[in-house]
Amino acid sequence: MTKRITVILNNETRSLDVEPNDILLNVLRETLGVKSPKIGCERGDCGACTVLLDGKTVRTCLILAVEVDGHEITTLEGLSQSGLTPVQQSLLKHNSFQCGFCAPGMVLSATELLGKNPSPSQDEVKEAISGNLCRCTGYEPVIDAIVAVGKKAGKRV
Amino acid sequence: MSSLKIVGESPERIDGLEKITGAATYVDDIDFGARLLHAEIVETPYAHALIKSIDTSAAEKVPGVVRVITGKDFPYRFGLYMQDRFSFPTDRVRFVGEQVAAVVAHDAKTAKRAAKLVKVVYEELEPVLDLTKALRDDAVLVHPDLGNYTRCPWFFPQAGTNIAHWRKTRKGDIEKGFKEADVILEDIYTVPRYSHCAIEPHVIVGLYDLSGRLTLWSASQSPYTQRHVLAQALAPLGLSHKDIRVVTPYVGGGFGGKAGVSMEIIGAALAITVKGQPVKVRWSRAQEFYNTYQRQGVIARIKLGAKKDGTITAIEHTLHWDAGAYVEYGANVVNAVGLSATGPYRIPNVKIDSVCVYTNLPPSGPYRGFGYSEFHFGLESHMNRMAHKLGMDPVEFRRKNAIREGDTLAYGAKMNPSGLHEAIDRVAAEIGWGKKEVSKDPNKVIGKGFACFWKAPALPPNAASAAFMKFNEDGSLNISVSGMEIGQGFLTVMAQIAAEILTVPMERIRVELPDTDRNAYEWQTVGSHVTWGCGNAVKAAALELRGKMFEVVERALGIARDTLYLEDEKVKCRTRADFELPLQNFVINGIQTSHGNFIGGPILGSGVFMPEFTSALSDPETSQGGHPNVHYTVGAAAVTLEIDKKTGKMRVLKATLAVDAGKAINPGLVKGQIVGGIVQGLATVLYEDIRYDLKGKLVNANFTDYKIPTSMDVPDEIVPIIVEVAQPDGPFGARGTGEHTMIPAAAMVANAVEDAIGLRMKIMPITAEKVALELQGISYEDVKGSYMGLCFAGHPDAYKFHTKASTKK
Ligand code: FES
Ligand code: FES
Repeated sequence: MTKRITVILNNETRSLDVEPNDILLNVLRETLGVKSPKIGCERGDCGACTVLLDGKTVRTCLILAVEVDGHEITTLEGLSQSGLTPVQQSLLKHNSFQCGFCAPGMVLSATELLGKNPSPSQDEVKEAISGNLCRCTGYEPVIDAIVAVGKKAGKRV
Repeated sequence: MSSLKIVGESPERIDGLEKITGAATYVDDIDFGARLLHAEIVETPYAHALIKSIDTSAAEKVPGVVRVITGKDFPYRFGLYMQDRFSFPTDRVRFVGEQVAAVVAHDAKTAKRAAKLVKVVYEELEPVLDLTKALRDDAVLVHPDLGNYTRCPWFFPQAGTNIAHWRKTRKGDIEKGFKEADVILEDIYTVPRYSHCAIEPHVIVGLYDLSGRLTLWSASQSPYTQRHVLAQALAPLGLSHKDIRVVTPYVGGGFGGKAGVSMEIIGAALAITVKGQPVKVRWSRAQEFYNTYQRQGVIARIKLGAKKDGTITAIEHTLHWDAGAYVEYGANVVNAVGLSATGPYRIPNVKIDSVCVYTNLPPSGPYRGFGYSEFHFGLESHMNRMAHKLGMDPVEFRRKNAIREGDTLAYGAKMNPSGLHEAIDRVAAEIGWGKKEVSKDPNKVIGKGFACFWKAPALPPNAASAAFMKFNEDGSLNISVSGMEIGQGFLTVMAQIAAEILTVPMERIRVELPDTDRNAYEWQTVGSHVTWGCGNAVKAAALELRGKMFEVVERALGIARDTLYLEDEKVKCRTRADFELPLQNFVINGIQTSHGNFIGGPILGSGVFMPEFTSALSDPETSQGGHPNVHYTVGAAAVTLEIDKKTGKMRVLKATLAVDAGKAINPGLVKGQIVGGIVQGLATVLYEDIRYDLKGKLVNANFTDYKIPTSMDVPDEIVPIIVEVAQPDGPFGARGTGEHTMIPAAAMVANAVEDAIGLRMKIMPITAEKVALELQGISYEDVKGSYMGLCFAGHPDAYKFHTKASTKK
């Protein structure tokens, strides 16, 4: 028994049939072919599967696809469509990532934070990305890069 | 050296843009279309049992199921150093979670449902879940056939026991050494098991096509080694190396966990049984914990002797490793420690026994540090305690005994150039050694801890690296190697080495990810050796390219090649200031002569490197006579730790670590390794706490209960320090640093805890809970309940270091 849902995925309206127990993460990756949300734990612990749902970060491994009917989803693919955002540029310049597996989720968490709070403190950055596990970097270069974006923004104002 | 342009700089990573845009492809991201099959594994709930029967009929009837596979279909053994592991066991299971069958179906949900219908009848056996019992004369054997296993010549399994390997190192006269000592200190240290926790789980897709060709897309640090191990295992089916292809796109973290072959054998086995269709096996987070590799646990006894003036006279270091059900890779960890468990000190009299014991816990293998993290916890704790016993400052004591170039190592070879003294001094200065710090909060105390470290890559003596290199029409460059980008920045460093020699800018160099059909050979990306080994191969290839270009210029234009040099992507001449020839003008199309013909053609080249001076052959009773290690990387680290006396909660106010990189090809990346390594090391001592129940089941195989650090748990400040005492045979003097940065973390914390509250913790981890209990006078060991962190539930202080074989000698 499938259900038809419609989502706005990265600014594009997509309609598709899903099973009531289909997990959003799998639907994004397999049915819609969007691969930047990664599978790390499938139980809400690692944040690798993070996307923006109506502008707020969610873990897609904990959400059923039927729940997002009529909503808007942004993944890293969508974010990168018109060039790099300032936070992506800063993360790139700081060589923030190593293996890069946590990067999609981390970038979206940082994007959400900077949307609400353009010049976050170090503690605010730490808190905002505390749901995104990274085993490689020790977080420091990621935190530094996000704080640096805020400092730049702060100066411009 | 001052003329270097790009080596020694920290340019943007060449994989940075792919990773920041989501363009980077990992195995699970590759599309295989609607034909892709999915697998679900049937696992045993017993730590040790005989398989009496497997009934797959009900599962096979489920619509959508393609095949159910058991050990009957695929009875092959495999292993890197010893073939003791099974694709699917046929007769007995050896750890909770081991695969006994797999269901392949058109979709994952169907596979999962059908797997529940596979009926396996077991006869439970007594499991080996106690190191003491494992080593008794009448021990239950985990591998009754141990004597028949194929193995490398430097492993010494003892048939009829649970001893998979025993590395003995003897130097000088141990009894005389202890007689000369004024002070002798002996104690036991315990390190439980740990899990790598790369955020990307293992995943493999296999396709055995209708022509009989096996292709594997694998999340691996070891494409060539995987091909080789699989070719050996699959030889009975008539497959040879040329029939197997391993493709490795980006890997989401390795840390040793994706070295060698673990679950990948299942992907290969399933692919072969469903010929013509690709099949995917992706590990769940739980399987990631119990069915790849874990870091093995160890109980170690150290006896150290020193003179009043602080000179160490002797060390006896006995290590009993809980190596798990299969040790085909883990035994080499035990071996590496058996050669190097003196730590970075000059010690004239040495006795090391590093004993690899089979148990019925999950298989163990390589994990960043390769045994050195484990033994440094005890050794560097012990060094501190010995210093105090002698009334010496712990840093001064280390300094006095620190190894120097040319010193004789425990196995008789000589120590390579080393900046250990500089590292000690710079770390001591950075941490403000000797200056007591006081917390503003009366409930909190602050302590400082120090530790040294060393580590050598554990490579077989013929571990080789190779590189292919070719120019494109526009003078840009492609480098083809099979070292793995596991996050450390390998691709960037290889590009820097080539850029330095060929003057091609970084943005015009592509370094390709491995495909064993095309890329040049690399043994494996392990041991922090690829900057050194593969870097040498890339350097050799670049020099070959340069030589070929000069040769073409000489032939076409008559300019003597020894007057030529490269600058800004041009060939220039020392004797003719007006001459310059851009590379892009001739590296594909050649140089036109005055007759109108062309000389040259595409410029391409290759380079290889093998450490030809090493040898693993030595006396098995003493380890004297060989040259098993290529070189050691050394360093020192220190921490300032604040402890809440009520809650035991610890906060790292500052951590600093100095590593002798020989030459940092990319200092930014070395610093990245230092920061990441310190945090991973701190996690093993402060947070990660693996638990098995007394039947051998891992009870915290997830990130909710097995805590790895989040961004909230990082030290307030980390200061990386790079020391550069050149490695003579390294590219531009470089040697590896990646694993080393994790090694000193546990001991430096233990030493800081003692400095702060006067308690010596000898069992890892040192969690807030344990510290709080100890501060109340309660030993955690007395209240821990029915869990164990390694294959020993008793109090480690009561552990007897008896082995069946040791009583013989
Ligand atoms: S995969 Fe969703 S939080 Fe880990
Ligand atoms: S960069 Fe590897 S997990 Fe974050």
